[in-house]
Amino acid sequence: MSIKLLTPIRILISSSEPVRHWWAQRLTAVALIPLSLWFIYSLTTMLTANYDTVVLWLSNLKNSLLMLFFILILYYHALLGLQVVIEDYVESVRQRKALLLFVKIIISLTLLCNLLVILFIYMEF
Amino acid sequence: MKSPKRPLSPHLQIYKPQLTSVLSITHRGTGVFLSLGTLALTCWLISLVMGEEVFNSFHQQMTTWYGKLFLAGFIFSLFYHLVNGVRHLFWDAGLGLDISTTYKSGYLTMFLSIVLTMVTLFLGKVI
Repeated sequence: MSIKLLTPIRILISSSEPVRHWWAQRLTAVALIPLSLWFIYSLTTMLTANYDTVVLWLSNLKNSLLMLFFILILYYHALLGLQVVIEDYVESVRQRKALLLFVKIIISLTLLCNLLVILFIYMEF
Repeated sequence: MKSPKRPLSPHLQIYKPQLTSVLSITHRGTGVFLSLGTLALTCWLISLVMGEEVFNSFHQQMTTWYGKLFLAGFIFSLFYHLVNGVRHLFWDAGLGLDISTTYKSGYLTMFLSIVLTMVTLFLGKVI
């Protein structure tokens, strides 16, 4: 049982890039099931809430940690998925590499913005 | 060596769409759309730091018809990608790969993602 459960982790560490990509995509997908349900649930209340309520909600340690895990795993999963789409549809290797680099830069910047906001809201309020 | 320009498979101009192939490309489509949607999520988070006025005007945008259309599309994409993603995980485990189960789970995916989207839009007072 425990060996079976650890298999994906072992594969993530020791395998080739394509195998790691495959497992990483599945593991992030599984982690995103509860996290995105939590996100949608939060969204239903936050969409109609006022400024103070939303700030108070995000400054709560539990919520800021969940948001942190959510965005970290979400952006990693998005990058893995976009990489597959780019590799499938962009024929030229040079364009493929350029587009992937562009996506990586945008995702890194977006992730950085998200992290700073979460940190700021947690520290300030 | 340069390879001659050949048509890519599947040959879309003569390809008859089926439930399975349409759901498959929708999974990709929603995935790409959700990735773009995270930019809106980022704007929302930044508006929190910018202060109440910016936050309110952002929320104001979300009550317009295009804001609501975006929200509906985003929430639908999220549920669709989630439910169909679980379907994919079952396939990865070797379960439900025969034609009849694939079609049943396909219809179930459509049903669940539409119902869950409606419930969420209703609870979030978008509709």
